[in-house]
Amino acid sequence: MKYSVEWLRDWVDVPWDSAALAERLTMAGLEVDAIELVAESCPAIVARIAAVRAHPQADSLRLCTVDLGPRGELEVVCGAPNARVGLLAPFVPVGSVLPDGRRIEAADIRGVRSMGMLCSAAELALGDDAGGLLELDDTAVPGASLTDTMKLDDTVVELGLTPNRGDCLSLLGLAREVAALAGRPPPAPSVPAVAAADTMLPAVTLHVPEACSRYAGRVIRQVDVSRPAPLWMRERLRRCGVRSISAVVDITNYVMLELGQPMHAFDLAATQGDIHVRWARDGEALELLDGTTLTLPADALVIANAQVPLALAGVMGGLASGVGDATRDILLESACFEPIALSRTARRHGLHTDASHRFERGVDPDGQRRAIERATALVLACCGGVAGPVNDVIATNHRPSRAAIGFRPRRVPEVLGIDPGPAVVQGCFERLGMAVAAHGEDWQVQPPSWRTDLGREIDLVEEVARLVGYAAIPETMPRGALKIGVRAPAVSLGRARDTLVAHGYFEAVTFSFIPESAHQAFSPETPTIALSNPIASDMSVMRPSLLPGLLAAARFNRNRQQHDVRLFEHGLIFVRQDNELIQKNQLAGVVVGRVVPPQWSMAAAEADFFDLKQELGLLLAALGCRELRFEAATHPAFHPRQYARVMHGDRCVATLGSLHPKTLRIMDLQGNALGFEIAWDALGAPAVPAFQPLSRFPSVRRDLALIVAESVAAQAVLDCVSGACGEALRDLQLFDVYRGQGIDSGKKSLALGLIFQSASSTLTDTEIDVMVAGVVEAVGRDLNGVLRT
Amino acid sequence: MGSSEDLLQRGLEEIAQAGDLAELDAVRLKYLGKKGAVTEALKGLGKLPEDERKLTAQGLNVARDGLNAALASRRVALEEEALQEALDISAVDVTLPGRGQRKGGLHPVTLAMTRIEQIFASAGFEVAEGPEIEDDYHNFEALNIPSHHPARAMHDTFYFPDGRLLRTHTSPVQIRVMQGAKPPFRIIAPGRVYRCDYDQTHSPMFHQVEGLLIDTHVTMADLKGVLHEFLRQFFEQSGLQVRFRPSYFPFTEPSAEVDIKLASAHGVSDWLEVLGCGMVHPNVLANVGIDSEVYQGFAFGLGVERLAMLRYGVNDLRLFYDNDLQFLRQFA
Repeated sequence: MKYSVEWLRDWVDVPWDSAALAERLTMAGLEVDAIELVAESCPAIVARIAAVRAHPQADSLRLCTVDLGPRGELEVVCGAPNARVGLLAPFVPVGSVLPDGRRIEAADIRGVRSMGMLCSAAELALGDDAGGLLELDDTAVPGASLTDTMKLDDTVVELGLTPNRGDCLSLLGLAREVAALAGRPPPAPSVPAVAAADTMLPAVTLHVPEACSRYAGRVIRQVDVSRPAPLWMRERLRRCGVRSISAVVDITNYVMLELGQPMHAFDLAATQGDIHVRWARDGEALELLDGTTLTLPADALVIANAQVPLALAGVMGGLASGVGDATRDILLESACFEPIALSRTARRHGLHTDASHRFERGVDPDGQRRAIERATALVLACCGGVAGPVNDVIATNHRPSRAAIGFRPRRVPEVLGIDPGPAVVQGCFERLGMAVAAHGEDWQVQPPSWRTDLGREIDLVEEVARLVGYAAIPETMPRGALKIGVRAPAVSLGRARDTLVAHGYFEAVTFSFIPESAHQAFSPETPTIALSNPIASDMSVMRPSLLPGLLAAARFNRNRQQHDVRLFEHGLIFVRQDNELIQKNQLAGVVVGRVVPPQWSMAAAEADFFDLKQELGLLLAALGCRELRFEAATHPAFHPRQYARVMHGDRCVATLGSLHPKTLRIMDLQGNALGFEIAWDALGAPAVPAFQPLSRFPSVRRDLALIVAESVAAQAVLDCVSGACGEALRDLQLFDVYRGQGIDSGKKSLALGLIFQSASSTLTDTEIDVMVAGVVEAVGRDLNGVLRT
Repeated sequence: MGSSEDLLQRGLEEIAQAGDLAELDAVRLKYLGKKGAVTEALKGLGKLPEDERKLTAQGLNVARDGLNAALASRRVALEEEALQEALDISAVDVTLPGRGQRKGGLHPVTLAMTRIEQIFASAGFEVAEGPEIEDDYHNFEALNIPSHHPARAMHDTFYFPDGRLLRTHTSPVQIRVMQGAKPPFRIIAPGRVYRCDYDQTHSPMFHQVEGLLIDTHVTMADLKGVLHEFLRQFFEQSGLQVRFRPSYFPFTEPSAEVDIKLASAHGVSDWLEVLGCGMVHPNVLANVGIDSEVYQGFAFGLGVERLAMLRYGVNDLRLFYDNDLQFLRQFA
């Protein structure tokens, strides 16, 4: 909310300039978002138009004689349609400069000398109205400066109020806060009751007292709605960011800004003098002031006459029942609506008004009568009319309970770590309008009606902290028992990151939501987990895999002349399995482009499956998965013949492969791409290394080339060889794969290095020959393979 | 055949002139080989008269020892020369680039997050985690934000059709930690959070680190001490200006926002808001079954991107999620 400091000074003696005021408010928890001057040195003075004549050369212009009081009279040319004899308007004399930088010179306008300029609000940067001269109130004195007349030497302070401080959404509330901070007497709003000059009492029925516990209504008849609100009021509204509509509406807004009580004015004819505060009947329709028509649900609170709803209670009035040009009699409403009843409706329909904003934060439940008296007096002063009596209906049983709060002064040092002493604490409470009954350690503190946010002891401790200032609280380090952490992560994410960085990968952070098409490509068999309110259609479903985000990031870089891109990411994926939502950690990477960047000493080949396999193997080894097996598998997003599951024991810990060309097309990525994903949560704690005694005996290497059918996987050959050799085989290396001359088509030759070593003796040639023969026999028997000779 | 002195003299000259190991070996054979001059002369000693024999033998022994020593030292010299030559041939331009993979790098969010975790780990804060798809209870209700509360409007929540939501802050981890265990607690909870808002200064996804300390005698002074020290260490500015300003969060009371003034080469900044914090609200403790008359403590929430932007001088939030290599390389 925006506050005019000049208006604020009507309510409280502010001992600071605007900058100091802003600083004090901010440090008391009322954060100042902006401070603005209302006008920078306005050059205008008040002029009274003494005579108006036609311009001899131009129909649209007129010659005005302006009376500047002690400064005499001048002749000016004026084109404004509202220039008329007797009008008081701002005048800028020759030699002055307008806010937009224009300098006013004596000028001949179509042959007539003009000695200055009569101004509109827009020309003086005092609003948007450029349609005519700014019409000053009758009290303005010709020749006086406009700055004094309109109190333009003013600052607007904009506060970003936290939701607990609804009491400060008014000049009165802010003035109370300033008084408390400055140690000044609190403002005492005295609003005399307006005596009834008429007998018409509106009927008010509170059908839902739990949602509306108080409703004050008053009829004012024979109101002249054609008169605008006085300039001073419109100007204050403008400075507080409220547009002027008509006198009656302006007055309800003015009272809301001043006292914090939202008000509404009905056309009495539409109410038929009969007000019902009730739930809507399911399906009832209401056309609001902003022109939208709502079909009301049964839990919407409405103000209705005997038949139809007239307004959405505390949110917005209805179009049909509002004050219009034809209105003669009005019914003023000043009510107290409960936040819960109101916010539900307002939020469901996306309605947020100045009124609903205040009711949602809680208005002073004792403020309704004061506001209606204040509004009545303003209506009578501005628009005339005859006021009836107030019908102030109160559902006593449903009034908010305002029991005193039990308070123990020791809680101040216990919570804050500073003890200002009971006298200071009591002083803080009293400055804030609370009544304190202090008896040793058991105080009873009665907060004022407007502080609906104060309900328990801790709320009071906070008030003490605010008023003594957070800066007064010392800085200490907490004391606590030392503890050795139990949750050392089983698998080190830091180690994984460092390993990948050493392999040339950059870490990426991609959004957790992806386009639905990407979900279909990577996880067509699982249902999507779609947001109800996505921010964009390509960010609409939760990712079932990290790869779509990484591939999109690779594309982003490819489009920026980066050929070789290696990215990884760690984060949650989201999958619905058997109607259960699973959120689990993954670590994934993508590689597009070459194995290594082009370099002078190495051929730079495009990366393929085996480059990634080695990197993934090293990464998993660093994470404690030492015995890995790779099994051919399929995945809809991957190349059907270049995809594998990585098994550690009986758990699948990772997958890797080349992306399917169709996937790349969906992801709009040129060339090849490889990807891996590690099921982070499946990794498990690394096994503790178990020491084996070192052999003192020499090892012996034998190389064999075995010919097997293409369809036989290398792993099958390795398993067969290992199985045939037993314990004496210390290591087994596959160092060549050969196809071509000397090998039948459909077959391949695998060259293996077998390293034998015994723990207990030097192996003899004979022993090794027996083992090698056993290998050849097993390969022949199990895999139909033969020794290449 | 001359005297032993002549032999020695000639041999030494030839050794000195030998240009490589082969030539040197030829010289050795010529004098000391089986048929070498010195060897032959030694063989012929027997034929000499006894009185001459002893003297001649002495001379020849001197010549043989002298030649052996010269051969050895010449061999060392020639080997050294040959090695030097071979090394010269294999000279490299040390300024040419090395071979293999170029280095990658970590994301600045990770760098900042790791830094935050390390600072708090040194004070005994353990890392806790929670789900990102949360329920209303943990994200709002348990944190003293009932359904009608105006604070909900500050959160711009992403919802799912079943009523679940993407957590709007890491605070629900507080609840999950406290629900399952007994105080004292000293944890931080880093992670992704989501708000339905997207422009130059708002991202629909960003990172927070939640902190929670619950014990028997924890005060707001402790909160100030811990966070001030954290900020000093994070920004490596011992004279960092820090202020605690009253604010409002439903799950803490009293609540504060913390502003800092950051010094740089360009001078000192205005107040910059860096985090929100406060004393854990008694309602929150009651919701997880902790007696707020016995235990109390503080909680705080750090915006990781915010801290990373200030530490590294990044001026556009969106850069963190583009994953542009030009950007990422700057943190490698």
